[in-house]
Amino acid sequence: LLFIPAATMTTDDANGWRFSQVFGDKGTVDDITEADVISTVEFDQSGDYLATGDKGGRIVLFERNNRGKSSGEFKFYTEFQSHEPEFDYLKSLEIEEKINKIKWLRRPNSGHFLLSTNDKTIKLWKVYEKNMQAVVENNTNNPDGSKKGADSVTSLKFPKVQTTESVVAAMPKRVYANAHAYHINSISINSDDETYISADDLRINLWSLHLQDQSFNIVDIKPANMEELTEVITAAEFHPLACNIFMYSSSKGTIKLSDMRAQALCDGHAKVFEEEEDPSNKSFFSEIISSISDVRFSHDGRYIISRDYLTVKVWDVNMENKPVKTFGIHEYLRSKLCDLYENDCIFDKFECTFSGDSNYIMTGSYHNMFNIFDREGNSPNVTLEATKVQKKKPATKKTLSIGRKKKTVQEEVNPDNIDYNKKILHTSWHPHENLIAVATTNNLYMFQQAV
Amino acid sequence: MGDDSLYPVAVLIDELKNEDVTQRLNSIKRLSTIAEALGKDRTRGELVPFLTDSIDDEDEVLLALAEELGKFVPFVGGAEHAHVLVKPLEVLTTMEENVVREKAVESLRGIIGQLTEMPKQVQAFIDLVRRLSTGDWFTTRTSACGLFAAVFVHADAKTKAELIQLFSALCQDDTPMVRRAAAGKLGEFASCGVAAADVQAHLVPLFQRLAQDEQDSVRLLAVESSVGVAKQLSEADRKKLVVPTVKACASDASWRVRYMVADKFADIQQAMGQELTKAELIGAYIPLLKDQEAEVRTAASFKVPDFCVNLHESVQRDTVLKLVMPCVNDLVADESQHVRAALASVIMALAPVLGKESTIEHLLPLFLRLLKDEFPEVRLNIISKLDKVNQVIGIDLLSQSLLPAIVELAEDRQWRVRLAIIEYIPLLAEQLGVDFFDEKLSNLCMTWLGDCVFSIREAATLNLRRLTENFGDDWARNSIIPKVLSMCRHPNYLYRMTTLFAVSALTDVASPDVVGTLMLPCVLQMAEDTVPNVRFNVAKVLGSISAKVDGGVVKAQIVPVLNSLTKDADGDVKFYAAESLAVLAK
Repeated sequence: LLFIPAATMTTDDANGWRFSQVFGDKGTVDDITEADVISTVEFDQSGDYLATGDKGGRIVLFERNNRGKSSGEFKFYTEFQSHEPEFDYLKSLEIEEKINKIKWLRRPNSGHFLLSTNDKTIKLWKVYEKNMQAVVENNTNNPDGSKKGADSVTSLKFPKVQTTESVVAAMPKRVYANAHAYHINSISINSDDETYISADDLRINLWSLHLQDQSFNIVDIKPANMEELTEVITAAEFHPLACNIFMYSSSKGTIKLSDMRAQALCDGHAKVFEEEEDPSNKSFFSEIISSISDVRFSHDGRYIISRDYLTVKVWDVNMENKPVKTFGIHEYLRSKLCDLYENDCIFDKFECTFSGDSNYIMTGSYHNMFNIFDREGNSPNVTLEATKVQKKKPATKKTLSIGRKKKTVQEEVNPDNIDYNKKILHTSWHPHENLIAVATTNNLYMFQQAV
Repeated sequence: MGDDSLYPVAVLIDELKNEDVTQRLNSIKRLSTIAEALGKDRTRGELVPFLTDSIDDEDEVLLALAEELGKFVPFVGGAEHAHVLVKPLEVLTTMEENVVREKAVESLRGIIGQLTEMPKQVQAFIDLVRRLSTGDWFTTRTSACGLFAAVFVHADAKTKAELIQLFSALCQDDTPMVRRAAAGKLGEFASCGVAAADVQAHLVPLFQRLAQDEQDSVRLLAVESSVGVAKQLSEADRKKLVVPTVKACASDASWRVRYMVADKFADIQQAMGQELTKAELIGAYIPLLKDQEAEVRTAASFKVPDFCVNLHESVQRDTVLKLVMPCVNDLVADESQHVRAALASVIMALAPVLGKESTIEHLLPLFLRLLKDEFPEVRLNIISKLDKVNQVIGIDLLSQSLLPAIVELAEDRQWRVRLAIIEYIPLLAEQLGVDFFDEKLSNLCMTWLGDCVFSIREAATLNLRRLTENFGDDWARNSIIPKVLSMCRHPNYLYRMTTLFAVSALTDVASPDVVGTLMLPCVLQMAEDTVPNVRFNVAKVLGSISAKVDGGVVKAQIVPVLNSLTKDADGDVKFYAAESLAVLAK
């Protein structure tokens, strides 16, 4: 891993955001190893640690330099293999090792605990500093290593150990397997720190962190006849405070909120967030681009953000019929949907995330660009490109939301010049500071906002 | 020269650092041996510090260590030195695995329990509680919760006040884990000698707070602590301070909390007393029987008899007939089989409360309906409580409806169901009497001997043995033994073996005469069987039969056959024949 120090500050149009550092291979996008492609990024609760998972099944942890100081720089902490490629012999299917999601648990002691999942299996890892010890002297061995005779032991002593080195070790504590018939897209830990949910295309299971061999199915949308299948679950998350509430999004553009108190089985839902589609906009691609790729609660649970192909929407949990705000991410792609369908990009699953104070929203786009929106629309939106040196920004959308008909400044981005291989799908926002981690294909960029 | 006796201990000590976890585990489990060899001074001065430094191991090793340290007081030189054990156990209380922490806490509690009248030693443990309660990690704070009751009894007045403050802080901890641990221990803490005034001033508010916690998992644990808290209060205070909270929990929005109330209802009812139950809790319990969640109804169903039996006499009959029975009526037809199974397992306990007449009028129809339930477990649960029914209404009323149910279960497709009903057959036989049994059930018992599942055949042979114990030798001679022995010519060797298993099961309970004249000839004849498995079982059975028949017969009939079997072509047959001969020689 290469470590490139912070570049010089260029704050003019980026609302104070500046590049801080980058991890990963410097090679061009064209000759990257598939296994190195980052597939998830997640800060821990303290913000002092950051985890990435990749398509090769590896997890890399970063630790903040000079903890407690204002420096936003991270350094490599450890790396371990979380998942291996497997083969399902019953179904003749390969199971990829790609890490789909990582979630940090609350720290119980000096070790770190995190859940990681690929398509089928969730694992709980303990990462801790282990002293490697070697026994240098004991009762029954001579110093040269040969065995002492039974009669030559004249007194009892304790084995003398020498600490040879201290290493960061990763140990699998639990393996939560065999509960998902389809691909796991989300895991989310409950606010009771005792249970979590895992969602695949058709079902959501509830687990106790302590038990790896049983889970409860709480949502099942699988139709009796698979030919009647019209929608799949795309993401799920627990409410950050209320232990009984969780939500899940679907490929049909709806978000359902369920209450586990009401019933053990949550097939029924308490609320549905759905915006009626404008019939004039209807096209062949309408359904595909309205599919929600990610949903997140704000940290107080008051708002929900959902990401679909072209927009990110902000919902008030108390208002189901329409979002309170809709931000266009790359409206200029609307004319290119046909090409994007051809090259499969239209199925890219962009994630979205709230800032630590929930006032900002971040989500990615193509050409290594990503956007930061003010949730209330009070300050201008920022579009940044993940590069080492802050170039003149490619586009700053002065419109506050696409609801207004003030199409501006889009002309700087010519959709024909966009590199669709460079996409930012995964990002994470520091829980307490304006410090973000952005995964480009095989690099991890860190940006920080000058205070 | 060395000392030979030291060597095994030396190996054990070395293996505390073995690379193989099973070796380390083995050494840890024999720590007492090591400690004894080292003596008290070295155990204190070297072994315990050594172990403290070694706490970086697999969970199973740590679990064993936590357990062993709990037994270490005598090895470190008695209670006056117990404080040296604080350090390793304190480290263990911070481990992430619940089982390790819980075991460490249990060991600490055990040690503290040995410190009566030793204020100086207790101090080290009070300091420990103080440290753990204010620790940085939630793991230490959850562990602290389990120690309060143990140290409190030994503490002086000033410290007691401090402990209450510390516990109070834990009940209001930021993390749900700590609040759960505190909620789980609040009842115990309240019962360990906290002055009544303090319970009321400090612990009751904590209880009320925890019972209203935003986390379901905390509230449901608070339900349990209501019992401990209530027991320390006067009736008036219970009514004012605890009952409203319990009632609120019984109608909580979360079904898990309601489940907990239903599950603990008998304890709660007892802690509150008959008067308060009469006035306040009947109304809280009845809705649980009608809860929309099957889990809650199941838990509530289990408590029906306890609830009814503990009601105050003045309201008992009325409550049962007017409030409980209508619910029970609905539960018998509940859509969830688990609810019906729960009810079936306890419903007969209502009979004594209702008395014979009402039982026949109200309970019997329900009972018969459950006997016809489509779910086998429900029927089984009813049949398993048959003796209780009999006491109240007599078997005559039942036998007509009972029999079809039994026959159906006896032929159930699932062998586990068949197995379960076999186990109840001796109980049934006892209640039904020998005539009824011969007429209706003995054929069933024989059918099981030919079941296609081995476990059923095995259970069927044991069943015959218990029936013989009940009905006596003559009955066995006439009713079952001929049928058993007739199977010895079955074309399938597995059934021929069943005969042998039945014989060996019956040998102990049948008279020597039956064994000698009926069973023995049959067994001897089977020594010629073509299948080696049958022959070696003959060899085994002959060994056990010989104890029941007289020496002459053994010599004349059994020994020659065994002798010829020792020359069998099959190795196993030879082995068992030789083994039986060796038994005979003794």
